[in-house]
Amino acid sequence: MDKVLGTLNGMEFTIGDSLLELSYLIAALLFVYGLKLLSHPASARRGNLWAAGGMGLAMITTLFLHKDTAGQGIPSLNMWVIIAFIAFGAVIGLIIARKVKMTAMPQLVSLFNASGGAASMLVALLEYPSAAAGDVGSILVTVLGLIIGSIAFSGSVIAYGKLDGKVGSIIKPFMTYLNLLLLLVTIAFGAFIVASSTSPAHMVWAIYTLMAISIVYGITFVMPIGGADMPVVISLLNALTGVAAAMAGFIYSNQAMILGGILVGAAGMILTMLMCKAMNRSLINVIIGAFGSAGAAGAKHEQGTVKEIQLSDAAVLLSYSQKVVIIPGYGLAVAQAQHIVHELDMLLEDKGVEVKYAIHPVAGRMPGHMNVLLAEADVPYEQLIEMDAINPDMPNVDVAIVVGANDVVNPAAHDDPSSPIHGMPIIDAHLAKNIIIMKRGMGKGYAGIENALFFNDKASMLFGDAKSSIQKLVNEIKSM
Amino acid sequence: MEQALTFFFEYKEAIFIIALSIFVGIEVISNVPAVLHTPLMSGANAISGVIIVGGIILVGHADLTTFSLNLVLGILALIFGTLNVVGGYAVTDRMLEMFKKKKK
Repeated sequence: MDKVLGTLNGMEFTIGDSLLELSYLIAALLFVYGLKLLSHPASARRGNLWAAGGMGLAMITTLFLHKDTAGQGIPSLNMWVIIAFIAFGAVIGLIIARKVKMTAMPQLVSLFNASGGAASMLVALLEYPSAAAGDVGSILVTVLGLIIGSIAFSGSVIAYGKLDGKVGSIIKPFMTYLNLLLLLVTIAFGAFIVASSTSPAHMVWAIYTLMAISIVYGITFVMPIGGADMPVVISLLNALTGVAAAMAGFIYSNQAMILGGILVGAAGMILTMLMCKAMNRSLINVIIGAFGSAGAAGAKHEQGTVKEIQLSDAAVLLSYSQKVVIIPGYGLAVAQAQHIVHELDMLLEDKGVEVKYAIHPVAGRMPGHMNVLLAEADVPYEQLIEMDAINPDMPNVDVAIVVGANDVVNPAAHDDPSSPIHGMPIIDAHLAKNIIIMKRGMGKGYAGIENALFFNDKASMLFGDAKSSIQKLVNEIKSM
Repeated sequence: MEQALTFFFEYKEAIFIIALSIFVGIEVISNVPAVLHTPLMSGANAISGVIIVGGIILVGHADLTTFSLNLVLGILALIFGTLNVVGGYAVTDRMLEMFKKKKK
């Protein structure tokens, strides 16, 4: 391993050095290949494993073959310490990943993203003092890595708190100005550090201050963003974590880190855009948070009478239908009603009713989240129909059951130009012949607006927790 | 101007990689169905845990004989990075496992 192969730019390099770089190349290719496979349903799981393999390879070869600038390998004591702490982190990570409920998946992704951001932040923080004075290039990437990593870290923690219901939103117009101000301060202070000719070793106070400012900015950045927009924000923060890791890759001239990080940054940005498109929103709109403030003002005029439906009537209606479409929303996930809803659908299918699920692209808390939840309850893939495929068929549907969904079935998106969700694609539940809406109460959805669907002549409400309502409905149908 | 050119020359390989990776990243996932958005986000998140390599380098060459704040922070970086990598891949796998099960 230590055999010198030759010299490059006046530096000797050994077999080990060459193998290390080769392993980084393989790891980088595995990341790309893994990501490619991840974007197709049939190969997604394999893709994830390939990417994980690439990561494992890069970790192992770094541990055994990496040398510092003086040509020293990693001492065996350090090796054992590293292995011990990685094992520790791995066990915790595995436990969390196994134990957490599927409904809490978005929070978890956010939390893991926060830890990645924190790692990038700390690496930049600790590498800064060893940069040479006046080396603008490496100080610049270190400062960028620190700022971006810190924002990804604190922003993701707040996003986690919001999704978990632990943190509320501060939606005030002044937040926009405060954020703009903080962003400018962060950039200005970062520029000051980069431009300073003082040796970084004497500027440690400054880098800690910058970290503190960036962390505060990450918090205030996510604070005013409404809950419905959280998936977009998490995707954006995920992209930022990637970029922060790539900046650290610059510090170490590590191509695998640069490629992996930028790959995630670019893919994350595209994913963010796709999600914005699914909700008919622009990214700027999401970040500035115009949604929340407009939501309070718009669409208050919809009023009328709301009908309630008795369980027995609902049971009869469903049993004698030909086509039933279930429209699940986050309420279903919160109530953990995915299993019981599947029981209902099997019961109806036994009676010869055709049951489908209409999945809105942003149903749940994240795009694709509802698919994961229903898959957990063993609902067959073929029964999950995407919005665009089911909408043309809605007028033929006898009963549309809306379970804990609200904004994604709000017809105001079609016919009320003043509504903040106007233009957002929705599932056309209002076209069905009958509509049963299961809800805990008359509360508003995440967009904070009234839903004209509830006042529709064809609609009737079944109030109560989704899980117990459906359970009662199932019992009712069974006893018929 | 001179500084920017110096910066570019010093980091030219890395900048090439960045420019190309952006296109690869966009290209690779541009046709992803909505069903896979959550697992994809989670999987990409695990890849961003590549910062763990930085953590290994950091702690690998750290002085372990004297206790310091930097050492503690370095080890924290290592743990955080591991959490991101291991947890990220494990949870993505768990999500995708469900997709597979129902297809049978």
